Amino acid sequence: MKVGVVTFPGSNGDYDSYAAVKHVLGEEVEFLWHKSSDLLGSDLVILPGGFAYGDYLRAGAIARFSPIMESVKRFAKSGGLVIGFCNGFQVLTESGLLPGALVRNSGLRFRSEPVYLKVENTDTPFTNFYDADEVVKFPIAHSEGNYYNFDSDIKELESNGGIVFRYCDKAGNVTKDSNPNGSINNIAGITNRERNIIGMMPHPERAVEKILGSDDGLKLFESVRAFLNSNVSKEAVEKV
Amino acid sequence: MSDSKQKAVVYVRLKEGVLDPQGLTIQKALSQMGYKEIVSVRTGRFFELEINSNGANIDDRINEVCSKLLANPVIENFRVEKV
Repeated sequence: MKVGVVTFPGSNGDYDSYAAVKHVLGEEVEFLWHKSSDLLGSDLVILPGGFAYGDYLRAGAIARFSPIMESVKRFAKSGGLVIGFCNGFQVLTESGLLPGALVRNSGLRFRSEPVYLKVENTDTPFTNFYDADEVVKFPIAHSEGNYYNFDSDIKELESNGGIVFRYCDKAGNVTKDSNPNGSINNIAGITNRERNIIGMMPHPERAVEKILGSDDGLKLFESVRAFLNSNVSKEAVEKV
Repeated sequence: MSDSKQKAVVYVRLKEGVLDPQGLTIQKALSQMGYKEIVSVRTGRFFELEINSNGANIDDRINEVCSKLLANPVIENFRVEKV
């Protein structure tokens, strides 16, 4: 597979994603500059963590209007796989590619620590290597990770498998104490109805080797690779 | 008069029901400072726009700017005041 990692001015997780794909997974990867509209034929586009355009106005608000995002939207609308980690998730919600918004952490603090997550939906291109209800450990590093949405949209996400990851304790219990930012229903990551876009605040790309404290994130990349290798209909995806 | 300028002020605030942690923290600080009568603080922000007003549809254009960029309709409301 070929992975494209977008670099916005202010991205700081682009090299983490690049290294995870190239050096740990051993797959082809390219950086995609925000001013370009060329996705270089990527099978998967990653919007990395960081502070795109300084997070001015709102996190992700300015980044969504960059030339590369026009191509990412076209690619996503045709079924192309898109992942947003952290700031990338914020860009996806601001772009309208995923529903809802990410607001200030309820505790007001920037939280940088490992967290436990429960895998809520394993029937996605991003999570098919995980077991149902598996508990994984990924780091978080954000101050605007508090997922907010209207009640009706939350119900829709809850009933249609839209919630992929939820903050939990080590034993997998979804509790108030295990929620680092006040997200509604402990939501940490969501997918769209078509299942080709995922946004999540935690960083699986920073949990791909034991020496990093966890290699639970590797399965996310392996899931995508397996999905792409088995997906006969991928010809339908518009290469941009 | 072709380059006359107009000003507009845009107020953006969080919708009712959306948690405002900054407002809460400010309210707590005020309470600790002795201003117990202030029981709620909601924060927001405002933008001053200077506009070349020779174009048509200024109101529509400002509304567009607000809903596309200045406010996020999922969590925020906006109000425009022409000055």
